[in-house]
Amino acid sequence: MPKRGAIALAFTTLALVLLFAFKTPDVTPIAAGRNTALVHPAASSAATSGSAAAPLSAASPAANATPRAGAPTPRAATPTATAAPATGSGGTALANGTVAGPVVQTRFGPVQVQVTIAGGKISDVTALQLPSDRQRSAEISGIVGPMLQSEALAAQSAQIDLISGATYTSDAYAQSLQSALDQAAHG
Amino acid sequence: MAEQAAAAARTSPTASIAAAVTPAVTPAVTPAVRGPHRVAPIMGTVISIDVRDPGIPESVVDAMLARLEEIEARFSTYRSGSEISRIARGELAEADASAEVRFVLGMCDDLHRTTDGWFDARGHRADGRLDPSGLVKGWAVEEAALLLDEAGARNYSCNCGGDVIARGEPEPGRPWRVGIRHPDRADAVARVLAVRDLAVATSGAYERGEHIRDPRTGKAPTGLLSVTVVGPSLTWADVYATTAFAMGEAGPAWVATHPGYGALAITTDQRLAWTPLVEPLLA
Repeated sequence: MPKRGAIALAFTTLALVLLFAFKTPDVTPIAAGRNTALVHPAASSAATSGSAAAPLSAASPAANATPRAGAPTPRAATPTATAAPATGSGGTALANGTVAGPVVQTRFGPVQVQVTIAGGKISDVTALQLPSDRQRSAEISGIVGPMLQSEALAAQSAQIDLISGATYTSDAYAQSLQSALDQAAHG
Repeated sequence: MAEQAAAAARTSPTASIAAAVTPAVTPAVTPAVRGPHRVAPIMGTVISIDVRDPGIPESVVDAMLARLEEIEARFSTYRSGSEISRIARGELAEADASAEVRFVLGMCDDLHRTTDGWFDARGHRADGRLDPSGLVKGWAVEEAALLLDEAGARNYSCNCGGDVIARGEPEPGRPWRVGIRHPDRADAVARVLAVRDLAVATSGAYERGEHIRDPRTGKAPTGLLSVTVVGPSLTWADVYATTAFAMGEAGPAWVATHPGYGALAITTDQRLAWTPLVEPLLA
């Protein structure tokens, strides 16, 4: 069954792609849980363009120089890119719906993805299971936290006394949160 | 709602923070229930000194600022008359420098060895000039804070350009809440640490261009946007933060090899990673 084979191949490819792309800014934490992460197609679009060698290179620190996450756009899904592997080999349209793929064992742990198909194309990809211990970050520190809040934590709600950050100049101080805290304390 | 709050904080940080920090009810007690709170420019940045113990006189803060000024006059790389500038120009032999300068340069050389070359006060500048600034700031603030300790203060904070000493508690029963600046936004914090009797220092590439580089390759570090180090001494927390940032991804684990010190890193893919010592401090 070429169609089933194509789908299976797509799941495996997506799982691998997601595994190596899950560190991109499009990984969005849900309720700050350690092991919960959603991966959106935009995260994998860059990696899909690679060949079978992509996972290896993606795993090396040098290749991980992903563009800075300054603009986290969690919902910028570009399904066309990820749809390519699925439709490329069979050419047959996929049935609409949501399908959970098989659990793929990787050297970082089990990975399972869920694919939503709409209009014959993959419209969304969700990671149902990712290795709980993200290898590279674990190498950095031993403990891996949830991603930096995409909406930065506001000082207002955080009840902060002080701000630690890279050294600011006297001029930059005026614009800093520390300055605001000092002013507030002086009432 | 959270987004609205964040948006409000973004457009008007002062107002929103003031609302959060200023007590809703003005204390009716007339005598000062807190000690001095002073903000002053020093060493190219600004120090905020916030004493919570009542009864500590303003004169102690005056003495702190005088001590910081004394240190800056000796160590500044921007003042042509400083001992460091004179040593760099070959006008003053290190052996003839003040005891304090010799002490600090000795610490720098020790660090050069113990960090396997990563900390380098002598070769990290493009022009190769002597620059112990990476150690001096934290050490200077610690020196100044000693004056508060000697005056009997047990609950205070000093924040010099983002390097923090958080002593005791801001209020009985509550730890100091130290926001770690968001690497992309000066008006937001990425995480909060709740600390008592700890120093907190952060190194990152987003402020005054600390020109931290890998001493072997001369290249800027990769993998991390900032490293925050907590530990008992600000001198070492500051130095370890600078060094760990230069090391990049290997930095935080290296920090953890020093007993009593831990690291919280923000990676270039906007993930937080921390060493075990930091875990109980995450607010």
